[in-house]
Amino acid sequence: MTGKQVHLAAHFPGVNNTTVWSDPAAGSHIEFDSFVHLARTAERAKFDFFFLAEGLRLREQGGQIYDLDVVGRPDTFTVLAALAAVTERIGLTGTINSTFNEPYEVARQFASLDHLSAGRAGWNVVTSWDAFTGENFRRGGFLPESERYTRAKQFLATATELFDSWRGDEIVADADRGVFLADPNAGAFAHTDDHFDISGRFNVPRSPQGRPVILQAGDSDAGREFAAATADAIFSRHGTREAGQAFYADVKGRLAKYGRTPDQLLVLPAATFVLGDTDADAQEKAGEVRRLQVSGQTAIKFAEQLWNTDLSGYDPDGPLPDVDPVVGENTIARGRASVRMFRDPIAVANQWRALAAEKNLSLREVVIEVTGRQNFIGSAATVAEQINTLVQADASDGFILVPHLTPGGLDEFADTVVPLLQERGVFRTEYEGTTLRDHLGLGPLP
Amino acid sequence: MSAPLHLAVALDGAGWHPAAWREPDARPTDLFTADYWAHLVREAEAGLVDLVTIEDAIGLQSDDFDAQDDRVDRVRGRLDAVLIAARVAPLTRHVGLVPTATVTHTEPFHVSKAIATLDYVSSGRGGVRVQVSGKAHEAAHFGRRTIPPFRYQDVLALNAGQAPELATLFSDLFDEAADYVEVLRRLWDSWEDDAEIRDAATGRFVDRDKLHYVDFAGRFFRVKGPSITPRPPQGQPPVAALAHATIPYRLAARSADVVFVTPSDVGAARAILAEVRAEQSAAGRGSETLHVFADVVVFLDESPRAAADRAARLDDRAGETFTSDALVFTGTPSGLADLLQEWHAAGISGFRLRPATVPHDLTAITRGLVPELQRRDLFRRGYEAPTLRGLLGLPRPANRYAEATS
Repeated sequence: MTGKQVHLAAHFPGVNNTTVWSDPAAGSHIEFDSFVHLARTAERAKFDFFFLAEGLRLREQGGQIYDLDVVGRPDTFTVLAALAAVTERIGLTGTINSTFNEPYEVARQFASLDHLSAGRAGWNVVTSWDAFTGENFRRGGFLPESERYTRAKQFLATATELFDSWRGDEIVADADRGVFLADPNAGAFAHTDDHFDISGRFNVPRSPQGRPVILQAGDSDAGREFAAATADAIFSRHGTREAGQAFYADVKGRLAKYGRTPDQLLVLPAATFVLGDTDADAQEKAGEVRRLQVSGQTAIKFAEQLWNTDLSGYDPDGPLPDVDPVVGENTIARGRASVRMFRDPIAVANQWRALAAEKNLSLREVVIEVTGRQNFIGSAATVAEQINTLVQADASDGFILVPHLTPGGLDEFADTVVPLLQERGVFRTEYEGTTLRDHLGLGPLP
Repeated sequence: MSAPLHLAVALDGAGWHPAAWREPDARPTDLFTADYWAHLVREAEAGLVDLVTIEDAIGLQSDDFDAQDDRVDRVRGRLDAVLIAARVAPLTRHVGLVPTATVTHTEPFHVSKAIATLDYVSSGRGGVRVQVSGKAHEAAHFGRRTIPPFRYQDVLALNAGQAPELATLFSDLFDEAADYVEVLRRLWDSWEDDAEIRDAATGRFVDRDKLHYVDFAGRFFRVKGPSITPRPPQGQPPVAALAHATIPYRLAARSADVVFVTPSDVGAARAILAEVRAEQSAAGRGSETLHVFADVVVFLDESPRAAADRAARLDDRAGETFTSDALVFTGTPSGLADLLQEWHAAGISGFRLRPATVPHDLTAITRGLVPELQRRDLFRRGYEAPTLRGLLGLPRPANRYAEATS
């Protein structure tokens, strides 16, 4: 092995316009076979983990269910448990919301998943606060935005207490003496804070990893701090060299005050890719993919999310709207976390206008330009080089790869890029351990 | 021959007898492994049973009716039943998978998509057994509401027509469960079967006119919808409930496809059937199929004496005589077949057998009882349908929202 080891994960294609569903090769987002294909492809390539995102309300725009992107997803826990049956080593991770769940139940589910996968479970802890999503749940949208990290922290702390309520040595199952449990209080817990007031006995014995691997995706200062305090890996949107290095240094620099070392929190940006026989082929293909990802309609809808108003009267092949965005609460799009990225809509609109003027771009071309460009474009050799360079330069510890095609979008990467990383000695050729903690180099829990 | 009978196997830990984990063939340290469950469910499938249920609760097992005990001589701890069902789904092909889900503290939106997804990963073999939690100490695990503690004698008083306060509590808990199942069912129908159109010409992935808000607003919660998960392969995965008395019978009659009941003899079976059917008519479901399965705990051996001796030996180890809400049968597979035949003739459409110890009584069902029932032309010789609804003789249901719009 030479150099820092690269970590790779496979993100099942999401319900956004990154995923191209109109391709003849595009398969189901619901049928189990699609999940099996991607998970097995990733396992064949010795990836660290498979990742499944979550949605709890169908997205809407302009008061109607958004129908231009993939709609519909299965239940995270159920898919991951089923995938444990058809894979052997790869980590099985998913997003579970801490707002519309209760710690006892989520802790049960993750501890069960960890048992049923022999130590491969991982949990991406997210929070929501919007009443729109809350309309699907008993508790409704009760949470002020300012409290979402408070709840997330307390939720995770509570779940951790539950995971730790069994030490792991209680089940002796001595048939002759009739002693199943060594401790009459196994699983006892009591927890009280602002959000949770619970006590009793947790009913899942300690799982192989002790607790699931904790993933987080916060980008705000509070989010980064939460991750530094509690996460094993953090996702990010910063996949370029400069932004990646800044994020990496920032997050790793926060660890010491929690008594943690830099290798105890992996930085894993999400990344898309387009491969070709040559770099030129890949560039051409990437352009085609971008046009498929951003149709005229999609461009209008995306611009509406910034302008916060109906733009259906505009021509996507014409200029940007000449009016300013509607400032204030975003009311046009609901169930979509990304609108929060537009902290200063008027400034962003002015940036778009400057870009359009400079390059003589239409509305659609601007959206193609400013949204989700592929991180890695090129031949397998070029992409392997790009990935390794970024990891060695401490712009990341690896990447969560997001294919744009379901379910075969990772096949070529697994067949062509991974062997090159293995040849360089920066990516495993065999799993060395059995648990997700092993794959991530985290070692056993203290 | 009359209609064949249906068989379900109820899986719980090492078996239903508290000393089952101490048997030589038990695997008590494997109860928390996937391999253990895969082995049991495959054995059940080898016996061609309609379905397996997987017991669950949101609390640790307890022998005290109204509190958490601190015993160390019994199996304690269990895995989430929905996850177990999902984990074994890809390893089986025919058998129905019916995990238990507690409805009192959980979110119908989550359980709806979990069971829909179980139906996807099993290609149409998912179901759910809904279970009410009335236990004060389980409520404390969630901390969002309190449930007043009550004793077993209070329940007996309730069933005798006394204890009005408890009647209100029980009615509320079971009304809530009925609302919960209503939400499950609406969410399963909230996508029409052909909602996903992938129409490249118009750029639409779905036809939003085929997605429906369920807009449920009841006394206990509101749910908007639609589901995040498309309509499952069976349309409506079967819903089951265990019931011992009028209020739970009413829930099953209003909401379920299968009700598990616990008659002590054929007379009791007839009486329970009459009550369930009356509730079914009162709920306006007289024309629908509601299966009534009788639960029986089974100790099966080569001779009645051997079965009785084994049961006695297990009781000795447990330090007390085993009792159950269901009939406890000790005897031979042939003797059990006689009993099932008699109850079946009285109108019980199927049986949920609870093996006293595993694997002994499970394999006695699959390799002893099943061949005996086949010889009597009372049970299938091969799986006749690819879905659990098909095995239960339930047609694929029309979508309630499609009917309203087409």
